[in-house]
Amino acid sequence: MTLEKLEKMAQRERERQEKFERRVFCCISTACLSAGAGRTINALQEAVDACQCKENDVEVVQTGCMGLCSRGPLVRVEDKSGEPIIYADVDIDVSQQIIAKHVPMGKLKDESVSEDVQEIREKLKKARRRKGLEQRILDTNAPFFAKQEKIVLQNVGHVDPEKLEDYLAHGGYSALGHVLQNMTPEEICDEILRSGLRGRGGAGFPTGMKWNFVRKEESSTKYVVVNGDEGDPGAYMDRTMMEDNPHQVLEGMIIAAYAVGASYGYFYIRGEYPIAVDRIRRAIRTARRNGILGKNVLGTDFNFNAAVRIGAGAFVCGEETALIHSVEGKRGMPRMRPPYPSTSGLWGKPTLINNVETMANIPPIINGGADWYSRIGTEKSKGTKVFALAGQLTNTGLIEVPMGITLREIIYDIGNDVPGDAEFKAAQTGGPSGGCIPAEHLDTPVDYENLNKLGSIMGSGGLVIIDSTTSMPEFAHFFMDFCVDESCGKCVPCRVGTVQIRTLLEKIIDGRGEPEDLNKLEALCHIVKATSLCGLGQSAPNPVLSTLRFFREEYQTLISSQEPT
Amino acid sequence: MKNSSESQANKKHFNSSDHPSGDERFKVIDRTMKRFDFEKDALLEVLHATQESFGFLSNDLLIYISSQLRVPLSQVYGVATFYHSFTFEPLGKHNCIICTGTACHVKGSATITQALSEQFEVPIGKTTEDGLFSLTTARCLGSCGLAPVAVLDGEVHGRQSPQSTISLVKDILARETEVLEQGEPG
Repeated sequence: MTLEKLEKMAQRERERQEKFERRVFCCISTACLSAGAGRTINALQEAVDACQCKENDVEVVQTGCMGLCSRGPLVRVEDKSGEPIIYADVDIDVSQQIIAKHVPMGKLKDESVSEDVQEIREKLKKARRRKGLEQRILDTNAPFFAKQEKIVLQNVGHVDPEKLEDYLAHGGYSALGHVLQNMTPEEICDEILRSGLRGRGGAGFPTGMKWNFVRKEESSTKYVVVNGDEGDPGAYMDRTMMEDNPHQVLEGMIIAAYAVGASYGYFYIRGEYPIAVDRIRRAIRTARRNGILGKNVLGTDFNFNAAVRIGAGAFVCGEETALIHSVEGKRGMPRMRPPYPSTSGLWGKPTLINNVETMANIPPIINGGADWYSRIGTEKSKGTKVFALAGQLTNTGLIEVPMGITLREIIYDIGNDVPGDAEFKAAQTGGPSGGCIPAEHLDTPVDYENLNKLGSIMGSGGLVIIDSTTSMPEFAHFFMDFCVDESCGKCVPCRVGTVQIRTLLEKIIDGRGEPEDLNKLEALCHIVKATSLCGLGQSAPNPVLSTLRFFREEYQTLISSQEPT
Repeated sequence: MKNSSESQANKKHFNSSDHPSGDERFKVIDRTMKRFDFEKDALLEVLHATQESFGFLSNDLLIYISSQLRVPLSQVYGVATFYHSFTFEPLGKHNCIICTGTACHVKGSATITQALSEQFEVPIGKTTEDGLFSLTTARCLGSCGLAPVAVLDGEVHGRQSPQSTISLVKDILARETEVLEQGEPG
C-alpha cells in the first residue's frame, strides 16, 4: 500500500468519526480493567443499543489510559455540542446514568424487542432521574490534568488501540511516510540528535548518537529491538504505551530501522503483560496486511519486518546484553561491554536497542521537528517524561510531564498530596536501581543529572511515594531482597555482595546491629557498585546508599535502641 | 512467519505428527516448534508453549524439547531454571497471585500474603495438599494505581486488604467444595 492509500484510509475514518453526534470513550487499559472496565464498556454498549437512537447518534469506543488510574474505570464523553467530560469510578449503574444523560432515547422501532432491552430501557428512564452523576465528573482544569504536557501519550486515551484506522485518523504513520519520502537515514539520525532525546530506559544515553553508531556499521544484516521488559516494580509506562497505542511504538521502530538500515526487528515484552503482547502482535499483523511492514514498506524499496519475543520473568533481561541473549533463546545473562550491541548484538550483528517510550517519542519528534522538541525540558534533558505515579498519594496513575518540573509539583499538585493524616516522607524513583528523595529536595527540577546528584536515577519512570508509616531500613531491605532474587549469578560482586548487604540489613532491622555495621554496609555497597558486571549490580546498592544518606538516623535508632545497657 | 533472515543451516524436520503417548497436549509444543522452523533460538517460546499446555515443566518434557530442537539437555534445563516464569510444580486448581511490587509493598501487600498463608495453611509459593489452592507472588503486575493488587484465577482485584482477599478466596473454595451454601459475593 502506498502513502496516498493510507491517507485515504485516514480520511475515511475521520469522516466516519465526525458523523457521530457524540462518542463515548471507555478506558480498557489494565488498571481500569482490574477496576471493572470490562463490565462498564459492556453496560455502555447495551445501554446505547437499548436506546435505539438515530443512526450516527452515538458510538462507544474502547480506548487507552486517561491517566487517573486510581479513579477507574474512566469514561469520557465527547459531545459535538460541548466540552469533553470525564467520569470517574464508572460502574454499571453510573454507565447507565451517563447514557441516560447524554443520549436521547429513540422510539422503539420494533415492539417485539427482547425483555432484556425493555428492562434496560426502564433502567435508563430511572437513571435519568437519579442524582449524583455530577460528583463523578473530573475537573479537567485541575492540576492533575493542567500540569501535564502530553507528547508521547498525546493519542493515548483517544485512539482505539486495536484499530489501525483510528491511529491513521490521528495522524499516524505520517511521520514514517515523511521520512521515507523526504529524508535520508543520516538526516533522520541528525534530527533525533538535535532534538536532544535521551534513552528513556533509565540511563539517558543520547538516542541520536546510538542510532548513528548502528547506522555507520557496515553489515548486510542489522536488527532493531524494542525493549519492553519493564521490570522495575512500580513502573508501568511502557506497558501502557504498548497496550494503548501500539502503532505509535511500531511506527517509531520502523523509522529507527530505516534510519539505521535494519531489516528485522523484535519487540521483547515482559511475560507478565499478556495484553501488551496481544496488542503489539495485532498491530504487527494489521501493519503487515496494509503494507506498512514487510517487503516495500509503503511502496518504497525499504523492507522491514518485526516479531514479538516474550520474556519469562527475569529483571536482568532489561540490561541490553542480557536481553540479546534472551531473544536468542538463551539464559538472560549479561556480558562485558564493549563490544556494544551497536557493533555486535543479536547473533553478532549490529543491533539498535531502544526502550518503548524512546520509540514512542520518535513520531512526534519527526512530525513536530527537532527545534520544537528541544524547546521543551531543561538544558540537558529535553522533552517530557512519563511517570507511573503510585504509592501513598490521593491521585495515582500515569502522567506525562515536561522535564524540569519539580517533584513538589508532581507530588502536591498532580498527585494532590498524601491522603489521611500521614505525612510525606520520600519519593522513590528508579525502582530497585534508584533511590529515595526526601522532602528537603522536593524543589529539585526533575532531569537525569539532578536525580543522579541526589543518589537516585531517572529510571524508566516509576515514582512511588512513601509516607511516614514506612521504615526506611525495611524499605531498603525490600529492594535488596529483590536484587538478591534477580541477580543472575554471573559475577561475584553482585551474586555475593547483594546477599551480604541483605544480611547486614536484616541484622540491623532485627536489632542486632552494631555501630560499625553502618560503615561496613556503606563500604560493601561501594564495592558492589564499583565492581559489578552490569547495570543491575552497579545500581543495586542505590536504595541502601540513598536511605543511608538521607535517613541515617533511622538506622542509628535501630542500632542504638538495642545496645545492651 | 520467518523467524529471522539469518536462518540456521541445519533445519531438520522431525516427525512431529503424534507423541507416542497420545497425549494431546504435546500438539501445542509441536505446533510451536514447527512455527519457528525448529530453530534453536525458539527455545524460550517453546518453553512458554509447553508450560501453557501442561501447566508446568517436567524433566520428561525438557528431554522431549531437547531432542526435538537438538539443543543439549543441559542448555534446556539451564534456560528453564533461569527464568522465574517457569515452574516445575503443578499449580493448584485455583491460584492467587499477590503483587509484591513497590507500590503494593508500601500499601501492605506483605500482610495480605501472610494472612492468606496462615488462613489457608499453605506456604508462600506452594499449593495446598488437596491441590485446590496455590498462593504465589509476583514482582509487579503493573496495576500500581490500584495497589495492593491480588490476581485470583486470572481476575485482577485492586485495593485489597487481608480480609477482602481472604473472603474472595473463601468464596471460590466454598463453591469448589460445596460445603458452605453461600450466595454470590457482591
